[in-house]
Amino acid sequence: MIIHNSFVLLLQPSWNPLETLRLLFAYHFMKNAFLAGTLIALVAGPVGYFMVLRGQSFLGHTLSRVGFAGAAGAVLFGISPVVGLLVFGSCAALGIGVLGEREGRMSVENDIAIGTVLVFSLSLGLLFIRLASSYAANVYSFLFGTILGISDHDVWVTALTASIALAILAVIARPLLFVSIDPDVAAARGVPVRLISYIFMLLLAISVAVAVQVVGVLLIFALLVTPAATAQQLTARPTLGVGLSVGLAVLVVWLGLSIAYFSGFPIGFAVTSIAFGLYLGSRAWRGWCGARLRRTNVSRVSGEE
Amino acid sequence: MSDVERAPKFGDDVTSRQDEPVIVVDGAGVTLGDRTLWRDLQLSVWPGEFIAVLGPNGAGKSTLIKAILGLIPLSAGRITVLGEENLHGSSAVGYLPQRHAFDADTRIRGRDLVQLGLSGTRWGLPLPGLRRLWGGSRAAREEEQRVQDVIDLVGAIDYADRAIGELSGGEQQRLLIAQALVTRPRILLLDEPLDSLDLNSQQAVSALIHRVAEEFKVAVLLVAHDVNAILPYLDRVLYIARGQTVIGTPHEVMSEETLSHLYDTPIEVLHTRDGRIVVVGQPEGVAYHGHASHDHS
Repeated sequence: MIIHNSFVLLLQPSWNPLETLRLLFAYHFMKNAFLAGTLIALVAGPVGYFMVLRGQSFLGHTLSRVGFAGAAGAVLFGISPVVGLLVFGSCAALGIGVLGEREGRMSVENDIAIGTVLVFSLSLGLLFIRLASSYAANVYSFLFGTILGISDHDVWVTALTASIALAILAVIARPLLFVSIDPDVAAARGVPVRLISYIFMLLLAISVAVAVQVVGVLLIFALLVTPAATAQQLTARPTLGVGLSVGLAVLVVWLGLSIAYFSGFPIGFAVTSIAFGLYLGSRAWRGWCGARLRRTNVSRVSGEE
Repeated sequence: MSDVERAPKFGDDVTSRQDEPVIVVDGAGVTLGDRTLWRDLQLSVWPGEFIAVLGPNGAGKSTLIKAILGLIPLSAGRITVLGEENLHGSSAVGYLPQRHAFDADTRIRGRDLVQLGLSGTRWGLPLPGLRRLWGGSRAAREEEQRVQDVIDLVGAIDYADRAIGELSGGEQQRLLIAQALVTRPRILLLDEPLDSLDLNSQQAVSALIHRVAEEFKVAVLLVAHDVNAILPYLDRVLYIARGQTVIGTPHEVMSEETLSHLYDTPIEVLHTRDGRIVVVGQPEGVAYHGHASHDHS
């Protein structure tokens, strides 16, 4: 069963939470959507946290556009779009790494390398769409997400990819944090800065490839950047930050799916709106804390005089 | 020795190796492209010594630090650190790179930055702090205590739990020194740690570095532009200019005779009444010299 983006029949949520849950999981495709969405959030949360910490949001954005070309190409050649996403994303990550590298480390040249790969992959996507014009619906679903059409097979692919990505991240987590904060000292202490940067770019490509399934390439920030940025507004503790980032990503997916299910809004819109709302809230909260801190400082100083 | 009573926190067997130099530079030279930065450098650094590395911009002061770290290859001679020629990545060497300012948006606490000095080189989980969720182990508590100790030592207790991006240059510098110290190194390599600081912070950080060198017998090599903040604490000065090097006590090196010989042009060294040294007549100007890239090597 494949249903794209909209529901023919809208269900009414019940006041009884159990009944609402029963309605939510009444269809097999919703079970798959929740399963895949949760797996994706589990990866997007921590990977997004490091991406935001490293200031590589533009790279993540570009890899999603590259994923668009990969998915369109996969459709054209009749292979699984997820495979196209993974292959294209990984190649682009390596290409950006090589082009943007100077004297063994990432440089300003990086942004230009990323931008060049970005436009080239968009144009490739355009070419693939033109060649495969009969698949317009598929392309649309990659722009805005296709999670309601996720098959059991896709869930397994997502689960496998997510486990691998999380395992790799767990292995490099602490050196990655060191390299992200303090590359010079990390290099002096013998941490392989370059290797870790490449591994992280590959992880980012993988996360983008799986996350595209929920929100599509155009709305990827909702899962990869916004929960992580919100978490970093709320805490400066790395462990808590990663945890919050994961929690928020899962929350955003669950709420987004539920709201879309009962209201008929597109899932991408529901997920993005919730993420946006949470981010605004965190900014406001931090602004309020900062103002309060300044007030107490002022009163402390004036009290001393 | 009463010093040794306090010393065991740093360097496990300080006493046994007191009589051996921690760094031996033997006829070393570095060539970048077709330009020789310096050559024939002879230097032995002893435990607890506080040495300043001075000289004009581009003379190769930072390069010396990086060569000791093993990050830059030598074109001649050799450098032995703690008895080994290739000690790359050792926790026995603390390092503070040049002009190190964190982005204002860096949302990581100072305490985590210090902690990374210990855990940032380890593969695998747990992430810093996660162990606490699992009930904590003795090693984790000891590590936390070690982080707390260096934070106390550098006097950063008031702001160690704030995001580093929000802190001032001096506060960041103290936390970075704490990070360099948390592995209990026997050598501390500091590349212009005082440059971005106001005068008060310069004096406070200098005194702190002096204390670390003296109490824990840590050998300190400090690259500086201006010698005055550290002058009262220095054991020796290494001056690099025009591809040549001079080493000696501050008063031997910071003399008109030595510097005039080094620069091959008359140099005036003025001593102010409060004990400061002002060097006048260097080819590149007094304090912040321009381009040594077209100097005379």
